[in-house]
Amino acid sequence: MNQLPILTILTLLPLLGGFIVVGIQDKRIARCFALGLSYLSLALALALWKSFDATNGALQFVEKHEWIPTLGVQYFVGVDGLGLLMVLLTSIVVPMALLVSDRITDRVSLYHGLILFLQAGLIGAFTALNFFHWFIFWELSLIPAFFLVRLWGGANRAPAATQFFIYTIVGSVAMLLSFLAIFHAAGKMDFIELAEMGRNGSLAGALSTNLGWYGLNSKPLVLIIAGGVLLGFAVKVPLMPFHTWLPSTYAEAPTPVTMLLTGVMSKMGVYGFIRVLLPLFGLQIGGERAQAVLLTLVVITIVFSACAAFAQKDLKRILAYSSINHLGYCLLAVFAVVKFTNAPEFGTEKAAALNGVFLQMFNHGLTAATLFMFVGFIEQRSGGVRGLNDFGGLRKTIPVFCGLMGIALFSSLGLPGLNGFIGEFLIFKGVFPLTPWAAGLSVIGILVTAIFILTIIQRVFAGPLNEKWAKLPDLTLRERVLVAIPIALMFVLGLWPRLVLDVINSTAVRMVEQLKF
Amino acid sequence: MLAWTVYISFFGVLVLMLLPKGNASAARKVAMATAAAGLFVALAGFIQFKAGEILTVAKMPWIPSLGLEFHLAADGISLTLVLLTGLAAVGGILFSWNIEHRTKEFFAFYLALIGGVYGVFLSFDLFLLFVFYEIAIVPKYFIIAIWGSTRKEYGAMKLAIYSFVGSAMVLIGLIAAYVVSGGHTMNLLELAKYPFPHSFQLWAFPVVFVGFAILAGLWPFHTWAPTGHVAAPTAASMLLAGVVMKLGAYGCLRVAMTLFPEGLEAWKMWIAVLAVIGIVYGALVALVQKDFKFVIGYSSVSHMGFVMLGLVTLNTIGLSGAVLQMFSHGIIAGLLFAVVGRMVYERTHTRELATLEGMNLVKAMPFAVVTFVIAGCASMGLPGFSGFIAELQVIIGAWQAFPTLAVITGVGIVIGVAYTLLVMQKAFFGETQSKVGYAHDEEHEPSPISIPERLGAVMLIAVSLVVGLYPRILLDLIIPSFNSHLFDWVKKGGQP
Amino acid sequence: MNYLELLKLFAPETIVVVTALVVLAVDLTSMRELETRLRFSIGGMIASVGCAAAILGILVIPERANTVGGMMAVSPLTQHVKICLLALTVFTVLISIEAKFTSHVGEYLGLILLATVGMMFLVSAQDVLMVFVSLELTSLSLYTLTAFNKRNIKSAEAALKYFLFGGMAAAFMLFGLSLIYGLTGSTNLHAIATALAGKGLDPLLVVAIVMTVIGFGFKVAAVPFHLWAPDAYEGAPTPSAAFIASGSKLASFFIFAKIMMIGFAGAEGSAAFRSFVAGWTPVIAAVAALSMILGNLAAIVQRSVKRLLAYSAIAHAGYMLLGLMANSSEIYLSLIYYATTYGLATIGAFGVVALVENSMGDDKLSSFVGFSKRAPVAAFAMMIFLLSLAGIPPLAGFFGKFFLFAAVLKPGASSLGLLWLVVLAIATSAVSFYYYLKVLKQIYVVNGTDRKDATNVSWFAQVVLLVMAILVILLGCFPNLLVGGLQACLASSG
Repeated sequence: MNQLPILTILTLLPLLGGFIVVGIQDKRIARCFALGLSYLSLALALALWKSFDATNGALQFVEKHEWIPTLGVQYFVGVDGLGLLMVLLTSIVVPMALLVSDRITDRVSLYHGLILFLQAGLIGAFTALNFFHWFIFWELSLIPAFFLVRLWGGANRAPAATQFFIYTIVGSVAMLLSFLAIFHAAGKMDFIELAEMGRNGSLAGALSTNLGWYGLNSKPLVLIIAGGVLLGFAVKVPLMPFHTWLPSTYAEAPTPVTMLLTGVMSKMGVYGFIRVLLPLFGLQIGGERAQAVLLTLVVITIVFSACAAFAQKDLKRILAYSSINHLGYCLLAVFAVVKFTNAPEFGTEKAAALNGVFLQMFNHGLTAATLFMFVGFIEQRSGGVRGLNDFGGLRKTIPVFCGLMGIALFSSLGLPGLNGFIGEFLIFKGVFPLTPWAAGLSVIGILVTAIFILTIIQRVFAGPLNEKWAKLPDLTLRERVLVAIPIALMFVLGLWPRLVLDVINSTAVRMVEQLKF
Repeated sequence: MLAWTVYISFFGVLVLMLLPKGNASAARKVAMATAAAGLFVALAGFIQFKAGEILTVAKMPWIPSLGLEFHLAADGISLTLVLLTGLAAVGGILFSWNIEHRTKEFFAFYLALIGGVYGVFLSFDLFLLFVFYEIAIVPKYFIIAIWGSTRKEYGAMKLAIYSFVGSAMVLIGLIAAYVVSGGHTMNLLELAKYPFPHSFQLWAFPVVFVGFAILAGLWPFHTWAPTGHVAAPTAASMLLAGVVMKLGAYGCLRVAMTLFPEGLEAWKMWIAVLAVIGIVYGALVALVQKDFKFVIGYSSVSHMGFVMLGLVTLNTIGLSGAVLQMFSHGIIAGLLFAVVGRMVYERTHTRELATLEGMNLVKAMPFAVVTFVIAGCASMGLPGFSGFIAELQVIIGAWQAFPTLAVITGVGIVIGVAYTLLVMQKAFFGETQSKVGYAHDEEHEPSPISIPERLGAVMLIAVSLVVGLYPRILLDLIIPSFNSHLFDWVKKGGQP
Repeated sequence: MNYLELLKLFAPETIVVVTALVVLAVDLTSMRELETRLRFSIGGMIASVGCAAAILGILVIPERANTVGGMMAVSPLTQHVKICLLALTVFTVLISIEAKFTSHVGEYLGLILLATVGMMFLVSAQDVLMVFVSLELTSLSLYTLTAFNKRNIKSAEAALKYFLFGGMAAAFMLFGLSLIYGLTGSTNLHAIATALAGKGLDPLLVVAIVMTVIGFGFKVAAVPFHLWAPDAYEGAPTPSAAFIASGSKLASFFIFAKIMMIGFAGAEGSAAFRSFVAGWTPVIAAVAALSMILGNLAAIVQRSVKRLLAYSAIAHAGYMLLGLMANSSEIYLSLIYYATTYGLATIGAFGVVALVENSMGDDKLSSFVGFSKRAPVAAFAMMIFLLSLAGIPPLAGFFGKFFLFAAVLKPGASSLGLLWLVVLAIATSAVSFYYYLKVLKQIYVVNGTDRKDATNVSWFAQVVLLVMAILVILLGCFPNLLVGGLQACLASSG
């Protein structure tokens, strides 16, 4: 591959930029520089999007170099439709987050540097195809996130940040241990090669022959290993019951960071499920009992998180639980597509479900980030107040805000015509034939979501005007422009989903092909 | 060539002894020059070294009547550790630039210690190795007892006694091995070929191994380490954790395991269990410490557990991981101690986490905070730093040898993350903010972080990063070393 | 053999005797009026020159001879030991030069030289009578040297104790030796060996062996015959104590080994673990073990450095006794090396103690506080001596131990029967490290207030000590300087 190593550049750009930004003393220059870099990344990502061959579902822009041969480590990056979409999402959300970071006045350059590090970690994780450096980026994204919460968060930031970090690390360590076992058994760290082994079943064989663990036979052994990997991703998404870190972290983090956390970081988990867990352990996850357990967890996640969101009084927490809920749909599809592993007849359904997952990831990233942005705006105006019942009748005082946020809320609800709908629709379309019971139960989640979103609209926008907020200023022009872009995107994607679907479809189809074991 | 690391160090001691009294800055410069020259030689040797060879550095009869030789040689393992010693030595001097009390003596002891350490890593005659090993022990006592803090005499004496008991055990084993093999030679390459009787190995192995492992901080023989580290002055903590503990681990590998593979086979399970207990226990205890330095002290115990675990996995990947972990921990622990001992303690005069919490150090000394955060991340084994790749290898090795223990090790890692975060929170990001800054009184403005400190920190961080991102730089040396006949037992999977 | 030849063979001894007389004469005749320091310097110079001449003499005379009907033997080995003895004497003399405890310079130095002569004869002795006579010559001189500090009542007490115990020991030894004579009809060691060969363990022989061991046990201050040593070392003038601990030990051990190895060659028995066989080795093993344990443990609690060194001397006697267990010629090598280097370090250590006593008035541990500031060179030397005694490489003491232990284990290499003793020895030497370190801690670590009454330490003494320290380092780094020569001798004498 003699072409420009664009993926490496995309990763390194924010990384090096981060170092430079940290060193800049002047706040304004630091901010401008960071913003400029994020625009540059966005431009590069768009260029990548442009030159991506949409008809080909295989990996593109591949770079592969020897790194640590003794550990089977290569520097191996590449993207398919999914990776590309995630890179693009990252590149969109980061400038959004930076643009609303103007309230940060303390240690500005460090803050911007950390955001750039985070971006590097995210892009790196979405493009890496070798466990070793994928894990490096996976963890690299964690550290800046931790400090962003820890240093700039709200009143209870210390326990929240620590909880976040510890949960994630527990997952990471479990995953690391599993991967080391896999490496020990298979001698590889390359996702693609491991996927191949997973497909033809030799991975399980290798694990049971090379990993003598007190005569455990291959089945439970492989399940344990797969469980370790699963835990790592499940914490990140999160899947209940590993979610408890999320609401407090989202609530305590400063708004731009929450945008990044929910918009992009949570996608790392889903991405990991699709990129790593399914190909490697599809056979195991597709087993009847595993399916039952996992789908139950997913249904619980979807329903409970929706109910929990309904019970919350803090806007940020509501949105946090709603995030869990939305990503639950992704997981529902992810676990469902490995079912009936030998049945070719569900090919289209599976492809639809996967397409839905991809779309949902992107859409949720966009929508959730935008929603948190809105909450940030109102928090800024109200002086930190963001309770569900603290407002009322805002529609009258700040109509533009309410209107735009309403659009975003409806997008989150899944209103047809907006972007949220198409993803969920595809997911349910694919999943219903595969696991009717899980899909059916999950619908409850959608209903409850509708209820709590409407509650927000009712309590905050409508109702009697709370006099306290009579003088609340509406969105400024800058803010309007700021939110206009994602809102526009919501409409565009809602009305013309093919813009994305065309790019990802071949990838989804190819994945379905490869998920036949 | 490499032998000059040893010679230069002792020459430096001599020069320092001859320096006129009271000229602290000259003493510093001489010490720095010596350490830098040592590092330079180590680097030159590192560059010239061809992977897989056992490079004879110096070989001449020493005490012919007993068949003892002055035999210095290096394989990839030695070389890695020699390099570490060079780095730690330079780093230690940078972080003790401000020592004003009996400067000359301090650096004389310091360089004697360094010389001994170099010697151990290069000796291929076991008698010589033991000689250097003991040379390294004695100066430690004085450095800690004279220049230390908190219960320094107690800590120093405890450390000295533990070390000496350990070396006594080693001596017993060595003499016995020497006699049993016929009393002609102590050459490692020869003795490694000698088939010691099984019953002999069964007792000799644990004696020698534990003798060395005491210095490596193997649980439950680790208790000297936290007190010693806490009592020691910064440079000494850096060296203690950085290289002296490695002496023990190196001895285990080079002597006990190489000479007595059958004994190793019989005892490895026990050692692995102790190592893992060490990992988890060290981390747990670090979690509840109130003294900043104790946290780091116990973290050393925990990390050295990885080394010991890697050693007894008896496969190339685990062993090379152990060696890499020695290197990595040497760098990282050095850095952590530098922050705690030099940057924080010497400015705030306290190591009580509760007190530090109120100082809001994150504003007062950002450089120290950044350094500690990076070092802390490296220490908890986050990828990208050298610790990660080393622990990764150790665990891969452990999966092969002791799968259950590999999983428990994971628990240790998690606790490791927890205590690192906790101590970071308490020490630097305290919320109470009863007062900003740490000056005891307004008249004495605390000194800013000095240039040598910055240099040292940057150097150590850079090394950890380079090795973490491009471990081949060391692994290509370490791994081929395990192909030499010294390590036949690795190929046989530890079977006799 | 005519007397001229005899004189030639024993020219070194003769030279030393003559030197002793010269020192006495010079001091008595022409130096009465001078101040003590000067007298000591001149006397010491003459004594040293005499010893040097004796060493030179040893180097030029024939290497091997058996004289006086086999009573005395000269072999390269004995000559080497004599050189070592003379060297130790020179150092003793040199550290005495600063002494202030007596004005009887001539007598003092003369007695040291006479004791040396006794030791030299002892080394050459091949006949139990000769052994006894030389031993008494040495001992009597040493008793007197102990009592030399007339201003100190403790000195007299020490001498009396030493004398009484020594006399008792002599009686025991004489009794044992006479039994041997009764059993074998000969006083010559080789003849005794021939007579005893194949006889088995006669009860009478057992008594004889035990008596002899007791006698020597007193001489070398091994537990349980050590009771005189701490008091004697503490009370005696420091250089005398140094001499008792060094030269006399070397000579005693050499002859002890000789009697045991040659005389009782048939009756060793075995002290191997779980396979004890009656004989003299189990007895010695027990004594050695006790000495190592008690000496080291008792040293820990001492407050006076001289007493500490006394207990350490007991412990070292235990190590050296260990050397007797290995019935091989290598034992001479290791024993001589050990005793010599030990002697060197001990003289040095006592020399430093003498300096401290001179400047602070006593030898309490606390008097050593701040010594490293007052006399950095001497402090450094002290560190070397003590670390050597503790057996830290690369100092001579370590190599001595290694050599000794290896030699002990070697004959039974397959079963390692004596390993228990070696383990005990190494374990106790780990203990010893603690108390030596305690002294060093006082010197280097403890920050005390400077005592006003402290006087300066002379550069001459410091230089002497430095030379000795360098010797200790050199002998440790290059043991072959000593061992090589000894080994050649041993090889040539078969």
